[in-house]
Amino acid sequence: MTVDQRTSGEFSRRSLLTAGLAGGFLFAFHVPVRAVNKPVQLPDATDGKFAPNAFIRIDRSGQTTLIMPQVEMGQGVYTSIPMILAEELDAEFSKVNLEHAPPSDKLYGNPLFGIQATGNSNSVRAWWKPLRTAGAGARAMLVQAAARRWQVDPASCTTANSVVMHKASGRQLSYGALALGASSEMPPKDVPLKEPKDFVLIGKPLKRLDTPDKVNGKSVYGIDVMLPDMKFATLKTCPVFGGKVARVDDSAARKIPGVLKIVVLDDLVAVVGDHMWAAKQGLDALVVDWDEGPNARISSKDIWQDLRGASEKDGVVATSRGDIAKGLATGDKLEASYELPFLAHATMEPVNATVHLKPDSCEIWTGTQVIARVQSEAAKAAGLPVEKVIANNHLLGGGFGRKLEPDMVVAAVRIAKHVDGPVKVLWTREEDIQHDVYRPVYRDTVAATLSDGKIVGWKYRISGSSIMARWFPPGFQKGIDIDAVDSAIDMPYDIPNFHVEYVRAEPPAVPTGFWRGVGPNNNVFAIECFMDELARKAGKDPVEFRRSMLGTQPRFLAALNLAAEKSNWGQPLPPRVGRGVCLQPSFASFIATVVEAEVDEQGDVHLRRVISAVDTGIAVNPDTIKAQLEGGLIFGLTAALYGEITIAKGRVQQSNFNDYRMLRINQAPKIEIHLIRSGEAPGGIGETGATAGSPALRNAIYAATGVALRRLPIDRTLIAGKKS
Amino acid sequence: MAELTINGEQKSFDAPPGMPLLWVLRDILGMTGTKFGCGIAQCGACTVHVDGKPVRSCILPVGAVRGGAVTTIEGVGATPVGAKVQKAWLDIEVIQCGYCQSGQIMSAAALLTTTPNPDDSDIDAAMAGNICRCGTYVRIRAAIKLAASQRQS
Repeated sequence: MTVDQRTSGEFSRRSLLTAGLAGGFLFAFHVPVRAVNKPVQLPDATDGKFAPNAFIRIDRSGQTTLIMPQVEMGQGVYTSIPMILAEELDAEFSKVNLEHAPPSDKLYGNPLFGIQATGNSNSVRAWWKPLRTAGAGARAMLVQAAARRWQVDPASCTTANSVVMHKASGRQLSYGALALGASSEMPPKDVPLKEPKDFVLIGKPLKRLDTPDKVNGKSVYGIDVMLPDMKFATLKTCPVFGGKVARVDDSAARKIPGVLKIVVLDDLVAVVGDHMWAAKQGLDALVVDWDEGPNARISSKDIWQDLRGASEKDGVVATSRGDIAKGLATGDKLEASYELPFLAHATMEPVNATVHLKPDSCEIWTGTQVIARVQSEAAKAAGLPVEKVIANNHLLGGGFGRKLEPDMVVAAVRIAKHVDGPVKVLWTREEDIQHDVYRPVYRDTVAATLSDGKIVGWKYRISGSSIMARWFPPGFQKGIDIDAVDSAIDMPYDIPNFHVEYVRAEPPAVPTGFWRGVGPNNNVFAIECFMDELARKAGKDPVEFRRSMLGTQPRFLAALNLAAEKSNWGQPLPPRVGRGVCLQPSFASFIATVVEAEVDEQGDVHLRRVISAVDTGIAVNPDTIKAQLEGGLIFGLTAALYGEITIAKGRVQQSNFNDYRMLRINQAPKIEIHLIRSGEAPGGIGETGATAGSPALRNAIYAATGVALRRLPIDRTLIAGKKS
Repeated sequence: MAELTINGEQKSFDAPPGMPLLWVLRDILGMTGTKFGCGIAQCGACTVHVDGKPVRSCILPVGAVRGGAVTTIEGVGATPVGAKVQKAWLDIEVIQCGYCQSGQIMSAAALLTTTPNPDDSDIDAAMAGNICRCGTYVRIRAAIKLAASQRQS
């Protein structure tokens, strides 16, 4: 692909200045580094370009620019989204340019959310139809322009690689040559889309467009923004949630060379310096007395006690079918509860935002999953109209839900009010972990009955924070958080008497947010763990037990059978080695996973092998899908083995990778991903591995040791030296 | 003014000797390919080479580099090993978000310089200091083996 990073005809003065300072903005970027919210290129402002919609621009030289409504945070959408657009446009894929979309819920709102957000594993499935339609509509206008010029029937023209051809006469015109003419064509109604058999890009394992500049240091993440006369700041928020600054002694900090300013706000202190090192040293030298406020006594123990109490009460019914009272009175009954801890996101790129606040305007540079929300929240914090805020989005060094929040931009704007010129505000890793929005603690209680080796009654209650109620209120209706019950109300097994409840239980003080795998992470864990306990009670093999209740679910059954086959399910294993299975309906994909793990005498878990069988509908880019599963599995396994944020005296006890551990390469298992061919519409994939990893591992440990763990992270003391 | 040789070029800058090399590179010299991840040498995102050896630049005082030659992700492609690692990374399509990959590539290039044919335990030992939150470990291992095989040919 070609390498133009401009968002519009006006390559701004600022970018040119930046290029000089950063020493490289004009390098051969495959992915643009900036996207401003004005001017948005609409069809009536084309400047000689063909701009049939918000996603496609073709100039007279034929340069084709695709505007990315979803952000790239590793999941590969800066390849799969262009593939979808270019497929129907019949554009020459190797020559497309990409741009980050500017903030606009109207133009770039996610069709499934209605707001401009990247999350819930839905970039491909949300945009599959709209972007194909956009591509096909643009193609039709180019064809009409050619047909008009040639005085032929548009239906007699064909397209490929950015060229319109009229085979009968041998004539052809490039999209560039047609750009002007196509601009005055009417957009067609009900434009036909390609049949899957005619796809030339979709389904091919194409090389990612964003990776060439990620091997040589040229890619620019939010943290890498460099501006003329920029200052650097780092901050410390009151370690107790909700606490305030009482008194600051900055006498030592002021003496540190390179420290320019101490900013003391209501709830945080920040030090501005010539570079991050000065700022960090200054921060460390500040003596701050905190007014810890009412949360100073909160601890994990209390939070769990509250949640356990709440989870024993009736919840709001999310779904109910059959007769649950009768179902639970029939056959052998088993009950259990499962608990999941708070988790931090720990994106490799620590939270940051760069702000240049002027009296009448504000410009933001950051990497975010919610650029329009960043713009509006920055405007509020700055006290400016939203149109006075320019928000530039960037590549994200990991998102995982953390960057669905604008809090870092708001804090940076508040700090920037005290700084002349641009300031990059960078969180230390410690601040990043101790002031996250955390994956909530959850407790799930479940009761089920067995008759003839099958489940006849199932009563499941989810208790935990409603993130939707805060983040997206339409997702919290009549007491039900649609995310919190996801994968619970639609579990794949055929159960005649089925009942799911939800209890909204907000932890005191601790802010909660989306974390890769979101609601399904919790539900798939509890459900699939309990399925294994039920299988054991029924005296059945876990795969066979599940299989017997998938009569109406051929896609699940196929995934389960393939995972079982590829994992050598049922074949003998050494002592203290087990296989565990997980089947999940999450994110509109059909995925079965088997983890094979060994538990040594000390209770340490060794991951041997992971197999996932995946039906995610039409696989837009099969290699990206495999990569997302591989990485997602590591993400989920990391959480299962190590992930826990605990609270004591109102503050987070973990601080960095030494005490908030990550899985490392020496612990990583072999991973095999098997894709199942499908002609169905694409499902979601980015979070599915994260959701699959924990329950499959827990079930492998159950098989290896006989210990039914009901809490994460895995407590090695419970599984040390136990006989299987 | 202090001086350092970075990617073969002499660079002059004004920084206290105790300042970690990471911040000299990023905030003073504008070489942002080297990443900040943890600040305590736990994640490896900041890995650079000093005289060919991998170091965590977030804790290495710039004064301690003395006369050493610094190589960063921006310059490692000029070495045959570095170029082969970068190519293998793309051939295997290792990268997801990419933020840790500067450090991963620097660690891998240093490994292949000293150990041209690493086995799994060599890879584990050399790469366990580099966290990848996207979980690209399986492909990192494959890419190192691919790069190693290409070195021999």
